[in-house]
Amino acid sequence: MSAPAGLPPRPAGAVAAYPGGPGGSREAAAPQGAAPRCQNGPVQSQMQFPSGYGSHPPNYSAPSGHYSQVPSKAVSSHLDNQYRASYQSPYYSAPAQNVMTPPVGTNVLNTRESQQFYNSSTPPHTVGLTEGPAQGAIPSGSYVYTSAQQSYSAFGDHYNTSVSSSVASQGFPLNSDHYAMPVVSSAMYPNVSYPPAATSSMYGQAFTSQSLPAAGQFKETNTFSSQSTSVPHSLQQHVPVGYNSTLSTISSAQSFQDNLSKSLTGSVAKVNNQVNRGGIDSSQPVHSVSQNVQLTKPGFGAPASSALISSVRTPAPGLSSQPRSSPSITQSPDSALQEALDSSSTTSSASPVLNNYDALEGGGYPETRSVTNSPVPTPPAPQTSKTSKPFGYGYPALQPAYQNTAPPTPVQATNPSHHPGFQHYPQQYPGVNQLSSSLGGLSLQHSQQPEGLRPVNLTQDRNILPVSSVPAPVPNLNSDLRKLNCSPDSFRCTLTNIPQTQALLNKAKLPLGLLLHPFRDLTQLPVITSSTIVRCRSCRTYINPFVSFIDQRRWKCNLCYRVNDVPEEFMYNPLTRSYGEPHKRPEVQNSTVEFIASSDYMLRPPQPAVYLFVLDVSHNAVDAGYLTIVCNSLLENLDKLPGDSRTRIGFITFDSTVQFYNLQEGLSQPQMLIVSDIDDIFLPTPDGLLVNLHESKELIKDLLNALPNMFTNTRETHSALGSALQAAFKLMSPTGGRISVFQTQLPSLGAGLLHSREDPNQRSSTKVVQHLGPATDFYKKLALDCSGQQTAVDLFLLSSQYSDLASLACMSKYSAGCIYYYPSFHHSHNPAQAEKLQKDLKRYLTRKIGFEAVMRIRCTKGLSIHTFHGNFFVRSTDLLSLANVNPDAGFAVQMSIEESLTDTSLACFQTALLYTSSKGERRIRVHTLCLPVVNSLADVYAGADVQAVVCLLANMAVDRSVSSSLPDARDALVNAVVDSLSAYMSTASNLQQSMLIAPNSLKLFPLYVLALLKQKAFRTGTSTRLDDRVYAMCQIKSQPLVHLMKMIHPNLYRIDKLIDESTIHVNDRVVPQPPLQKLSAEKLTREGAFLMDCGSNFYIWIGKNCDNNFIKDVLGYPNYASIPQRMTQLPEIDALSSERTRSFISWLRDNRPLSPVLQVIKDENPAKTDFFQHLIEDRTEAAFSYYEFLLHIQQQICK
Amino acid sequence: MESVVFIFSLIDCCALIFLSVYFIITLSDLECDYINARSCCSKLNKWVVPEVIGHAVVTVLMLISLHWFIFLLNLPIATWNIYRFIMVPSGNMGVFDPTEIHNRGQLKSHMKEAMIKLGFHLLCFFMYLYSATTGARLTDLTLSN
Repeated sequence: MSAPAGLPPRPAGAVAAYPGGPGGSREAAAPQGAAPRCQNGPVQSQMQFPSGYGSHPPNYSAPSGHYSQVPSKAVSSHLDNQYRASYQSPYYSAPAQNVMTPPVGTNVLNTRESQQFYNSSTPPHTVGLTEGPAQGAIPSGSYVYTSAQQSYSAFGDHYNTSVSSSVASQGFPLNSDHYAMPVVSSAMYPNVSYPPAATSSMYGQAFTSQSLPAAGQFKETNTFSSQSTSVPHSLQQHVPVGYNSTLSTISSAQSFQDNLSKSLTGSVAKVNNQVNRGGIDSSQPVHSVSQNVQLTKPGFGAPASSALISSVRTPAPGLSSQPRSSPSITQSPDSALQEALDSSSTTSSASPVLNNYDALEGGGYPETRSVTNSPVPTPPAPQTSKTSKPFGYGYPALQPAYQNTAPPTPVQATNPSHHPGFQHYPQQYPGVNQLSSSLGGLSLQHSQQPEGLRPVNLTQDRNILPVSSVPAPVPNLNSDLRKLNCSPDSFRCTLTNIPQTQALLNKAKLPLGLLLHPFRDLTQLPVITSSTIVRCRSCRTYINPFVSFIDQRRWKCNLCYRVNDVPEEFMYNPLTRSYGEPHKRPEVQNSTVEFIASSDYMLRPPQPAVYLFVLDVSHNAVDAGYLTIVCNSLLENLDKLPGDSRTRIGFITFDSTVQFYNLQEGLSQPQMLIVSDIDDIFLPTPDGLLVNLHESKELIKDLLNALPNMFTNTRETHSALGSALQAAFKLMSPTGGRISVFQTQLPSLGAGLLHSREDPNQRSSTKVVQHLGPATDFYKKLALDCSGQQTAVDLFLLSSQYSDLASLACMSKYSAGCIYYYPSFHHSHNPAQAEKLQKDLKRYLTRKIGFEAVMRIRCTKGLSIHTFHGNFFVRSTDLLSLANVNPDAGFAVQMSIEESLTDTSLACFQTALLYTSSKGERRIRVHTLCLPVVNSLADVYAGADVQAVVCLLANMAVDRSVSSSLPDARDALVNAVVDSLSAYMSTASNLQQSMLIAPNSLKLFPLYVLALLKQKAFRTGTSTRLDDRVYAMCQIKSQPLVHLMKMIHPNLYRIDKLIDESTIHVNDRVVPQPPLQKLSAEKLTREGAFLMDCGSNFYIWIGKNCDNNFIKDVLGYPNYASIPQRMTQLPEIDALSSERTRSFISWLRDNRPLSPVLQVIKDENPAKTDFFQHLIEDRTEAAFSYYEFLLHIQQQICK
Repeated sequence: MESVVFIFSLIDCCALIFLSVYFIITLSDLECDYINARSCCSKLNKWVVPEVIGHAVVTVLMLISLHWFIFLLNLPIATWNIYRFIMVPSGNMGVFDPTEIHNRGQLKSHMKEAMIKLGFHLLCFFMYLYSATTGARLTDLTLSN
């Protein structure tokens, strides 16, 4: 809690309300027993009320009190009893615990539920279920509550939120930070939903409680329909898996519309406590009270109250007897996949928690807890230690009472450093645990020297690669903010400490920019349905966790600092069912949220999903044999194409003419219509070319079955791609949608024809590489036309010869499509590519898709975005037009600091992606990132995110290569390293100039830049086909950071001794975690076997003297000599090493959208050169080794 | 003769001034998001060639009429116009490319360029006006004499 001083006097009235609470006492100091706190809680709440609520009916106060839940309070007797029984004890027991262990779940009660109104007021019943996590023994109570519901419709509320809480992908149960409280604080929040009697009239309560079994995973499936229609009935079913105890089904109120399926996989002990309250109409109280729980176990569950539904908690490690379930990772295995499949996105089963809320009342809020997907399993403990930061911190005046704030701790003293603007922060105090982190908070003062600044002597320190993947730096923020911050997977900044002025940025010589992956598949995403989406009136920023609440009625925008009113309906928090807690709404608790947009966000009714396939059927194409693969993939995935009942599909084929297919329902067979006038293309029939997928499914299947054989004898070698595209555009322009173009050669006829520009003799030139830009503006114009009609063009180029990708790629680049390139594709001669095409298509066809999207990136006043990278069309200064958006698209932007940021300590960035889902819903996905502003050069270096820096530099270098020249771009890359390191060395005066020193945060910078210089896109001196180079450039521009980094700097693992490696558990598999190896031939021992993960390729290199057991068990051949040249799959052999290897490879594969091709390499294999080209630390004829490169840099610096 | 040259230059210069103003207005519309990049660029690209020609004509005219100072004054800008026009990459849709205009501060540099040209043309306008009137007066004087 904040210092007492800060508290406003409490109003007498409030006091009265809570007789029990010793409001006056604040225990500032030591965390004591929970009891006091609890009391505090109420007190604070009281305090708040007066100001905020004055206008409100007194009723609220009472309820609010409930929410605050102080056990001691005299609330309805009912409640008290329960709470006391169940909750108090835990609290108290916990006391001694350090902050470290949060009280566990028992405390937590969630109230989440949609509230229901019951007209009649009935005493609320609360049911809390708590289960001790581990305890099987404990009875978990499941309650089913069915209450008769009344129609809610009358009440319509604004919000429906479904939240899915996440499953931690790797295992952590994540606590919602917020909710998890350190023990001390725990008292405050927990729980609870109590239906206040008073309010009862207002709110009915629905009950849903779920009790989750402690350890283990379970899934709950709720049916969730994301639709907001009010359907009366909600069902939530929990199916606990594996748990005997528990379950609760909830009843629910009709109000729930959504069915949610949740799968919670929590690791370990999860506790969900939910409190439900149901109000019943009838006088009969329905109530289930269950208390279970072992009160006695203090340690347990994290008290998280997840707002909505279930919370997963991690047990505090320290706790006694709890069996901890393995920290192991439990992932919801398929979550990603499911999501991909499930177009509905958030509601997809992947997300564990769903809530249904009716619109009726306040809406439900799901809580999401932030789950982090941290790949690495870590013990839950750390998380538990975090205190949740109340969102409410925003109100300076208010006490954090609602929130769980830890008692004041000495830490506070340290806080003064916070910027005044953010007063709230200081007030909150996180638990002691966090002290250290909070100290680190906004200023570096307390930390002696940040890890990022530790000098590393590059020329001496040879092992700079981390053991596992390079983690994203964590912004140096107050721990509460840090927890709220956007996941680095979605949103990364090159400098996690933003320099205050442009001058400082210039001094640092590092690029400032953002790397975005806005539409990636998420396992957890709160979805909010609300009649009004709260945004800043002047800059239109969406409300986010980093705004400050001036008082309960006003909030201050964190980007433009305008003070805005809080709309009335935003005051009601469906999560807790309390009024006057706008800071607890999910929008303010999650930095990544998705809104269901109203018609204000539509220019036209949401479009249906429309897919058009444009297929090359010239001789070259037929010979390559891709048609069979495409048609088979389509046939297999026809039902999985994202879409609803309006989904439409069409086909066009072309060679020197353009063929259309009439698939109108009612025809006995598909009808081919040939248009040979390619100079003036027209649509042969007004309808029947794009048909409803469901109505004409049979015809479509017939066509797909027939297509591969229809052109087998064609002698037509020309390709009129341009005309086919024009026809496709005409066909699509009324609706918009996606055009998938399959092309196998240079377009040679009609509009958009191209000529070969590549001179094979120049492939390994060290000088100028020409023709990196398009030869004609035809494709660019076409793309802009398409973009204007909300149509994206995706290009699949399957070509064995030069096809001028530089020109063709424009059709996708500017229409927000994506580009796939399969060099030397042939269905039988190159089975690896064929397999890759097949797998890519599967992903391509079934992944989520957003139509008619726009994305806007906003940043704090003073920062401005000047350059965008990615596939899109920049429609106005900060508006990116994305005809389609797919989960595999990444974006980058460069920023400059136009006005110095002296008056703020935090810089925020927000991307809002407005799109139409394949189900025809308009949605807005909002990500918000918050970073500290610093004024010293050292801090800027300490916060540099080397991966982001390198990716942004790569994007800039691509632009430079096209607009200027390749050598220029290469020089710029080298200069970037030289400048930044010399700038760093000049700031650190105590360093010896003779050595090459880098701050720890940038120690990988030279290595990555060297890797970039040896990357296909930028290398010179090594023979590189122009199309390969251009494709690499396209990928750099459009890949999200994680995938791009693998392309730049592959990961090398030794895999012949996986059995000995440490492992993690993913789902039920044991995944070994071998350490990363340097990309150098010195690491390749003849006795070993190595796996190189290049993103799109996996190479397994087998040493000559590799253990025969390994070869036999993993590869399935008796000895080295018998391994075949072309081996692209590992056999399934029943041996531990085989199992480990395969699980490791499939684990690597799971993390990426496109399935990599596996190649096993022996010494004589032709693919060997590919493999060795990736050993970027070694010297090649044309390029430096890593050590030479360092010397080169040093030399440049000394100059 | 002298005054005819200058009066023609004056008219041409007026046209260039209008063109510059038009460029500025259109670009600032784009800046304020009143029009989209596509239509902005297609509007502007239409006038790039007339601008180049208009300016080249004056420059050549000054050369022919042996007004060295004015010729040299015009030369850099005329050269820049032509250079800019010639150097458009083959894949771009003209000097103003909708896909790039928002990148790398291009919008700002286009704006700056249009402003400079406006200033330059205004300067030229008064110079021509002065020359035309003095030239005309000279003619009058000669005639009256």
